[in-house]
Amino acid sequence: MKKVIMGNHSLSFGAKLARAQVIAAYPITPQTQVVELLSEMCADGSLKAKFIKVESEHSAMAACLGASLAGARTYTATSSQGLTLMHELLHWASGGRLPVVMGNINRSMAPGWSIWADQNDSLSQRDTGWIQFYCSSNQEVLDTVIQAFRVSEQALIPSMVILDAFALSHTYEVVDIPEQSQVDEYLPPFKPPLRLTPEEPHAFGGLTSPDHYFELRYKLQKEMEKVPDLIEKTGREFEKMFGRYLGLVEDYRCDDAELVLVTSGTAGYTARVAVDDLRAEGIKAGNLRMKVFRPFPFSKVREILKGAKKIAVVDRNISYGCHGIFFQEVKSALYGQGNACPLFGFIAGLGGRDITPSTFKEIARYALSKDKPEAEIVWIGVKL
Amino acid sequence: MKKEKTMKLTLPEEELMHSGNLACQGCGATLAMRYALKALGQKTALCIPACCWSVIDGPFPYSTLDVPIFHCAFETAASSASGVKAGLEMVGDTETTVVAWGGDGGTFDIGIQALSGAAERDDDILYICYDNEAYMNTGIQRSSATPYGAWTTTTPVKHFKNRPKKDIDAIMAAHRIPYIATASIGYPEDVFKKVKKAKEIKGTRFLHIYAPCPTGWKSRPEDSIKLARMVVQNAIFPLYEIVNGETYTLSIKLSQKKPIADYLRLQGRFRHLKESDIQFMQDEVDRRWQSLLKKCGP
Repeated sequence: MKKVIMGNHSLSFGAKLARAQVIAAYPITPQTQVVELLSEMCADGSLKAKFIKVESEHSAMAACLGASLAGARTYTATSSQGLTLMHELLHWASGGRLPVVMGNINRSMAPGWSIWADQNDSLSQRDTGWIQFYCSSNQEVLDTVIQAFRVSEQALIPSMVILDAFALSHTYEVVDIPEQSQVDEYLPPFKPPLRLTPEEPHAFGGLTSPDHYFELRYKLQKEMEKVPDLIEKTGREFEKMFGRYLGLVEDYRCDDAELVLVTSGTAGYTARVAVDDLRAEGIKAGNLRMKVFRPFPFSKVREILKGAKKIAVVDRNISYGCHGIFFQEVKSALYGQGNACPLFGFIAGLGGRDITPSTFKEIARYALSKDKPEAEIVWIGVKL
Repeated sequence: MKKEKTMKLTLPEEELMHSGNLACQGCGATLAMRYALKALGQKTALCIPACCWSVIDGPFPYSTLDVPIFHCAFETAASSASGVKAGLEMVGDTETTVVAWGGDGGTFDIGIQALSGAAERDDDILYICYDNEAYMNTGIQRSSATPYGAWTTTTPVKHFKNRPKKDIDAIMAAHRIPYIATASIGYPEDVFKKVKKAKEIKGTRFLHIYAPCPTGWKSRPEDSIKLARMVVQNAIFPLYEIVNGETYTLSIKLSQKKPIADYLRLQGRFRHLKESDIQFMQDEVDRRWQSLLKKCGP
């Protein structure tokens, strides 16, 4: 059934179709519609779940971990300050191998107070051991929530499904909402190998000596390394059932591209418009949209970028004292791979400053006119 | 001929806590767990935040308890328990009693937000705080449960704690939850009875168990039970129940309230106190006792 819905409601419908059993959440702009709709679904019985209306995001994640450990499929959604308040428990989720799925609306970190989009909230959770999906359309948000449960529950690693504040969270698009029966077929009920139950009294997460801790982390990484294949496999299965492929990255006209714009989030789709415009001007441009950031899709990125003459990574985030975060990661993925083409790191759109097709054209013109970047970071649109 | 038993057990014999744990000698927290589990039985799930008990239970892969444990983050005993309860119910287990088991630091201080949240929602959990009156697991630092006058490593003798113990029971009563009780490991039958009673009630239940810590109090391990009885008899830690946040009932009436000085003298943490300090503390205990008696009625 096709419906015109906002990005936030895509998260809610995704959780409903996945039959989330426990939801614990706390409101934050611009996430509120996610939990409002889920509250209604729980209240009218269309979603048979327990909704714990907690007093903070920290408690939201704590309750999710408890519920997941008890064996229930568990969902939450947050943004920005809320996500960073959860930080401690994000480590707990992955370390405890609890496959919680969470929607996160990318919103800039205060101060100053900002409710608009950038990626520093989720990217500063990079090392917490969560799978991170960056979405570019409402359809992709809904589909990815369903896929995320499938991937997380198989790998026993939690997932974050991420979308930009307002540019997607509050934007209405046509979304094909799958049939429940088909989703049920795609996503079987959650059956963890171990759970908290008096029938089998285990102690989870107790004091762990240096003799054991190291191996637990090794196992987490080894499982994380299998996740790219798992995403591609479950993405193909999704395509077979619903007609839409969900992969690690999206390659738009990169085949013969001399300049590849590397993007993520809503800017990923904006870049396509710029690519078409540039192509019309005779410039061979392409766009590599990063859908999955953790685990980092090394082989896909290397494969798509291997023929590029120039690469421009556009970051809506920054690691202060270093670079844009996607830029660092792409650069490190290409090191020693034989393609020593110039790599440009652009920063644009912090705090919700618009990223438009003209922004990308400005970026393309800069990259095409220089043999190499004039600075470690090329800032786009700074008004001083 | 079978000999008749001259002594009768007042608690069930079944043990869900075993020897081989990592507690210090004379640990009150250990006895609190032992008695509580006797009342709770096997169909129990524990959420234990950072506290002495996250060590006492034993290192991975060992556990001294016969019930499942979620070792959770410091400030999340209550919120984790709310999640566990919801999760268990969604997978068809409506019987298991979900217990948040935290120390005073995890309850009075860092976990009070989550506890208040769970209590306001009246989530169906039993919260048990074993109170040893400081951060003992990290090496005896003051918490808001540390009593006036006490030495800790962060309230040195020259600047001993000069604020009273936070009244957590009154805070919980203000949430109007169905059941609150104080208990002391010096009165095992009372602990047992209250845990049993709490287990049968739906909603948020809060139990506050006084648990001496010889290591942190600089008392003799063999005095733990004695101290846990004296503290009730001198009304520093009276035993009572609060139903629905309003109805107070004394569990142990005191025909003759003992002076606090003897209790203080058995603990190194109070050794520095002058007569005048002790008198000040005695007056405060008397005042609070009268106020409690008023709440309990005739």
